[in-house]
Amino acid sequence: MDKPVNNRAWFLVLPVLLLVAFSAVLPLMTVVNYSVQDTFGGNQFFWAGLDWFEEVLESDRIRAALGRQILFSAIILAIEIPLGIFVALNMPKRGIWASFCLVLMALPLLIPWNVVGTIWQVFGRVDIGLLGHTLKQLGINYNYVNDAVDAWITVIVMDVWHWTSLVALLCYAGLQSIPDAYYQAARIDQASRWKVFRYIELPKMQGVLLIAVLLRFMDSFMIYTEPFVVTGGGPGNATTFLSIDLVKMAVGQFDLGPAAAFSLIYFLVILLISFVFYTVMTKEAK
Amino acid sequence: MAAVAESKGRGSTIIMVLYLLFLMLPIYWLLNMSLKTNNEILGAFSLWPKNPTLANYRTILTDPSWYMGYVNSLTYVVMNTAISITVALPAAYAFSRYRFLGDKHLFFWLLTNRMAPAAVFALPFFQLYSSIGLFDTHIAVALAHCLFNVPLAVWILEGFMSGVPREIDETAYIDGYSFPRFFVRIFMPLIASGIGVAAFFCFMFSWVELLLSRTLTSVDAKPIAATMTRTVSASGLDWGVLAAAGMLTIIPGALVIWFVRNYIAKGFALGRV
Repeated sequence: MDKPVNNRAWFLVLPVLLLVAFSAVLPLMTVVNYSVQDTFGGNQFFWAGLDWFEEVLESDRIRAALGRQILFSAIILAIEIPLGIFVALNMPKRGIWASFCLVLMALPLLIPWNVVGTIWQVFGRVDIGLLGHTLKQLGINYNYVNDAVDAWITVIVMDVWHWTSLVALLCYAGLQSIPDAYYQAARIDQASRWKVFRYIELPKMQGVLLIAVLLRFMDSFMIYTEPFVVTGGGPGNATTFLSIDLVKMAVGQFDLGPAAAFSLIYFLVILLISFVFYTVMTKEAK
Repeated sequence: MAAVAESKGRGSTIIMVLYLLFLMLPIYWLLNMSLKTNNEILGAFSLWPKNPTLANYRTILTDPSWYMGYVNSLTYVVMNTAISITVALPAAYAFSRYRFLGDKHLFFWLLTNRMAPAAVFALPFFQLYSSIGLFDTHIAVALAHCLFNVPLAVWILEGFMSGVPREIDETAYIDGYSFPRFFVRIFMPLIASGIGVAAFFCFMFSWVELLLSRTLTSVDAKPIAATMTRTVSASGLDWGVLAAAGMLTIIPGALVIWFVRNYIAKGFALGRV
């Protein structure tokens, strides 16, 4: 199906273009400005070239944050994708029970992110939280405020709680598109459960799974609010991910130059990933 | 059909029950706390409130500095949803029906905005909206959230629109419909569910976002989520009220999910299943 060429379609796109230009290009230019200039205050700027970029790329602190960020995203993907597929395979296909599951599963996705943080901050507290208190009763020494490993576990369990449903819902949508005839054919051939999964369900889920992997990767790469509320980036810097570090630098210390350079590098990394996402998805559509 | 139903045995039910339990436990704990007094929360540890009280909810619903947070949040969320859908509809139509100069690049550029970390934009947004005198207004937050909601709306709507055969457009034009009349009278009803899903997602992402909405407001347009963080740090440990405020932020989401429950999954796949 070839679409007709019509350059007047630009008029239809114009409102979006103006709006997004206003809310994306203008601010981004400010960031570019800051990234190549230095200031002694009083609105006096002078050219700093690529100094800030060098400083950022050589900074141990940012390298450490990047390392933590990559580790975090990797763990998130390793847990949420298989778990999401597993849940989707066990979801009821239709009927009131299916609607019930869908609504309950979507619920964590609609809770404001800092409330998600608050819920888990309370839930994990040793004195008043169900999780923390139960673990203490069981004799497990758990304290996410002082122990880096416990803080990591809390943040990861929180993210699994928050976002696994997204993966499951996507896979569920993919599974719904498989005609029942496929399953009947597999039954006649006496295919094992694993083979049904490997040769019928997995190929049909490929497209949505790709969206799930990339969405989860990008969103976990940008995570800010939830760990910030739970741990504040601590103990020490143990859960200071890239966005937390960036906000600390820009708003807390007002180091505009390095923060801007950091922003641009951060944004370029995401841009690269988006490009892969886009290329693969448009290929999928053909 | 029977074969499918059979293959999902008792094991599946147990797994689903366990998973849903895992999802609901922390929320239950919040509900539990919201129905207790502070003394009870900090005193004896109990799995359910011994003397359920609605005092925490009363505190919030009678104090303007609390409930205005909800009004502010809902105001900018609704404004954002209206703006996003209005500008996204014609653009999505253009992308789904025509090829034009630079269309692919434009589409990709829109997508990159959905992927932009909010932390990168927080400070520039603050300066931009301060300089044009929109700081601490609802419209500033609504416009800022367009950054990620407009691209999302365009993507979802484009997915749904591509599912409508182009013959319908051509027939309508032959019948003498002008473009605006065709679009509003014929095309929009056809993709009504798509519009609903796109609106749902705009609502959702604007509702859950905090970093930008907190940066762009101070008093008059302060969102409920930000009100929560401030009050906690100022008054020390008012856990009951905090929990009640949290519970109240969950309700709007729960209500809108119910209306789009059959389309949620398709929407998350950006209309492309």
